Amino acid sequence: MRTLLLAGTALLTLAGTVVPASAQVSDNVIRIGVLNDRSGIYADLAGEGSAVAARMAAEEFGNKVAGAAVEIVVADHQNKADIAASKAREWVDTGGVDAIADVPNSAAALAVQGITKEKKRIFLMSGPGATALSGAQCSPYGFQWTYDNYAMAAGTGRALYEQGKKKWFFVTADYAFGQSLEEETTKMVKSLGGTIVGSVRHPLGTADFSSFLLQAQGSGADVIGLANAGGDTVNAVKQAAEFGITQSGQSLAGLLMFISDVNALGLQSAQGLMLTTGFYWDMDDQTRDWSKKFEAKVGKKPTMVQAGVYSAVKHYLKAVEAAKTDDADKVAAKMRELPVEDMFAKKGKIAANGRMFHDMYLAQVKTPAESKGAWDYYKIVKTIPADTAFMDPKQSGCALVK
Amino acid sequence: MSAASNSTSVAMRGPSRGSTMATTLIAAVLLLIAVAAPFVLYPVFLMKVLCFALFACAFNLLIGFAGLLSFGHAAFFGGAAYVTAHVVKEWGWAPEFGLLAATVVAAGLGLVFGLIAIRRQGIYFAMITLALSQMVFFLALQLPFTHGEDGIQGVPRGTLFGLFDLSQPLTMYYTVLAIFVAGFALIWRTVHSPFGQVLKAIRENEPRAVSLGYRTDRYKLVAFVLSASLAGLAGGTKALVFQLASLTDVTWQMSGEVVLMTLLGGMGTLFGPVVGAGLVVTLESYLASTSLPVPVVIGCIFVVCVLVFRRGIVGELLARLPRRGH
Amino acid sequence: MFSLLGVPPQVLFGQLLLGLINGSFYALLSLGLAVIFGMLNVINFAHGALYMVGAFVAWLLLTYAGVGYWGALVVAPVVVGLLGIVLEKTMLSRLYKLDHLYGLLLTFGLALILEGAFRHQYGVSGQPYPIPAALQGGQNLGFMFLPNYRAWVVVASLTVCFGTWFAIERTKLGAYLRAATENPTLVQAFGINVPVMVSLTYGFGVALAGLAGVLAAPIYQVSPLMGTNLIIIVFAVVVIGGMGSILGAIITGLGLGLLEGLTKVFYPEASNIVVFVVMAIVLLIKPAGLFGRER
Repeated sequence: MRTLLLAGTALLTLAGTVVPASAQVSDNVIRIGVLNDRSGIYADLAGEGSAVAARMAAEEFGNKVAGAAVEIVVADHQNKADIAASKAREWVDTGGVDAIADVPNSAAALAVQGITKEKKRIFLMSGPGATALSGAQCSPYGFQWTYDNYAMAAGTGRALYEQGKKKWFFVTADYAFGQSLEEETTKMVKSLGGTIVGSVRHPLGTADFSSFLLQAQGSGADVIGLANAGGDTVNAVKQAAEFGITQSGQSLAGLLMFISDVNALGLQSAQGLMLTTGFYWDMDDQTRDWSKKFEAKVGKKPTMVQAGVYSAVKHYLKAVEAAKTDDADKVAAKMRELPVEDMFAKKGKIAANGRMFHDMYLAQVKTPAESKGAWDYYKIVKTIPADTAFMDPKQSGCALVK
Repeated sequence: MSAASNSTSVAMRGPSRGSTMATTLIAAVLLLIAVAAPFVLYPVFLMKVLCFALFACAFNLLIGFAGLLSFGHAAFFGGAAYVTAHVVKEWGWAPEFGLLAATVVAAGLGLVFGLIAIRRQGIYFAMITLALSQMVFFLALQLPFTHGEDGIQGVPRGTLFGLFDLSQPLTMYYTVLAIFVAGFALIWRTVHSPFGQVLKAIRENEPRAVSLGYRTDRYKLVAFVLSASLAGLAGGTKALVFQLASLTDVTWQMSGEVVLMTLLGGMGTLFGPVVGAGLVVTLESYLASTSLPVPVVIGCIFVVCVLVFRRGIVGELLARLPRRGH
Repeated sequence: MFSLLGVPPQVLFGQLLLGLINGSFYALLSLGLAVIFGMLNVINFAHGALYMVGAFVAWLLLTYAGVGYWGALVVAPVVVGLLGIVLEKTMLSRLYKLDHLYGLLLTFGLALILEGAFRHQYGVSGQPYPIPAALQGGQNLGFMFLPNYRAWVVVASLTVCFGTWFAIERTKLGAYLRAATENPTLVQAFGINVPVMVSLTYGFGVALAGLAGVLAAPIYQVSPLMGTNLIIIVFAVVVIGGMGSILGAIITGLGLGLLEGLTKVFYPEASNIVVFVVMAIVLLIKPAGLFGRER
């Protein structure tokens, strides 16, 4: 009996050494597809930088986990949801892709979420902000990593209220996204006891904001909240400086701004602007180190989306390593189990709805005099702790939350 | 009036009989290939090609056979996609009714556009349709039912006529193929009907058609509405295939894309737009994984086509074929 | 304090003034389109892209050559104009014998290439361009704060617009130009080099777009996408004004700017489509446009 047991153990050990651990990894490769906008409006905040970030994460594992090679593939969804959907399907059906990362543009992300849910593949969202991705449209395999519209809006609303800015005026892009930013901020500000003195809706892609800004200026608000994104926000901020709005004591708050926007604006126009961010390169030695490596490859400091791609891919690989398989159910369970600990997130954890909880930061854009050089843009005013930064999973409307 | 149209069609019929035979043969071969294709190629990709091919054929009906360049066809294509997505997802309509709704709404939209735009010709017509479709874009952006930049997502494919489960890729594919063939046949019939001959007469010389007693505006309007409805059918089908409707399909860049497909394949040829659509869709999906900037490549093709290649691929082929019958 | 439909007059005046500023951009751009169309019968789809190139040339001059705003105001339109002449000579001129639609399609392709190339090279967030030192600050007009730079934009573009109108309608050169539009063969027979004149006209038309780009650079972000949406509104302006007259383009541009300004006060959601609505109405009543001649 004992010999039999010994022999069995020996046999098992033998099997363990002979058959590589990667037996559990389909086709012996972990393929991660970075799907984002490489030429359009999100190219600066995600684009090639996200692909570089994903590769940096893979390199930290020596491009090998659980005995299988790690391969990063890249595609441009051109901001078209149908291209994103067909690329994702193709990757999964014929390309052997195990996980899809980034996907800015919420229409594209929602489409990919549907596919990854149906086909059981891991979806690491860094680029998209729609709360539905960890709400009504959540998936057991979808992880929203870096930010979401709620965190950006409500986070800024709360943090500014605590700074004594209680009267808000909104300049809102007139479509679902802008309206939801306004709504989330309004709810937060009102629940704290602040007031909304007015709002104005502008069409998407407005070049001239002067008339809206004039209305905001005349409203007597403490804060002008810009519930828009990209080019709209940039033009609004630039023209606010032209009309002397910040000099007259009102604060501008960008409800969805990235460091690439601030870089594009220049400090002269952007100074004093308040915004929420999930990452800033100049926070501690770890972030500075990583960002320096990143800058050497890309020529720019990382945006929070790019840093988030790194963190998400790294956590995914860690989970594959720990689970010794690429089976989506097991990897997803491991991802939820393991704490997220890297230069991007300290003690991050993933909730049932797929939302990764980590600290967010309220930042103010420096004046040209305060800035010591290129990319020295933010003063971190306040850390927004993870549990207040994001929406309570119970209220997210996600069916996975019991 | 009927005598005039009869004589034109008779005059046209004589020499074109041989080429009609050839076209029928080509069509039969292509159909066989299309039936076998999903076993070799990726069905979703093929369905996308077919949707865009129908869209381009509908567009070609105007530019190729009536000489009207519409730069606003995205409004019908994308608008109809929203209609199908909405009625199927929110109201639970069967897919056949979703497609019908898309076609009807696109036809209505086409009627409105047509009434405004056909009063002017040539470049004016192009600019007016462009401006009107931009209006549709802003409406699509702002109306609540389209969900802004998220689009309408997760549209169920449903069961066609309560019989065919469209969630099966092959069933979906053959449905799309059937829709495309029906649309293509309708365009073929239209082009070869007396009505189509009058359109060609208008294209070649509108004042002359007027002097022959044709109320050309009415002919153009009917052609416009027909083209819009078929574009709508294509858009609705695309919404079912991809299970989503988004802003991409209503942007003016999409209107430009369909012009490119038609131009590249060959304006005024029946198969040109199909070839053009196939090429552009292939190119877009190929370029997605390269580092080449997509708009630049598309723009270069555009410029080359206009400068040296105006007949398009099918047009050039037809021009080079030895002439028959003469 | 009295008010108009619930809007205080200060706000109204302010918005009208801002509308005038936007209108002067529309006027400058639609003027260039009208000049090109008048002479070449080409709708220049690349107009928006060339407007963007103008702004980028100003930015490149500042960043790499240290040439400031005032230098750019002269150099950038010249550069854009020369680029236009090259495009006309090498490409557009081959299409004059064909349907005018091919001109539209060619320039559409050119617009895609220009925008795509700049996007590829400089990203989409755009580049900042400072307001020139001499024009910083602003005036408090009582009803609003008017930045000096905006006042300068209105003055500069109106001067250029009416200067162009004068040159075309009231000078000998303009007379040649108009004559060549009517009957190129006859004018050629009189010893005037019509092909050169056509090239120069196209160059001038796009130089106006380049100038508008430089004027816009300090207000808007210098971004590859800045011309994309503007061009369609300008098309609508041109359709409303009718292609027949230079003055029509200028007046319609300003008028629609004002109208848009008013819409931003009373119903801001519609401010982007108001131009198109006006276009539809005008076309139903007067298919040739407000100032156009029936063909």
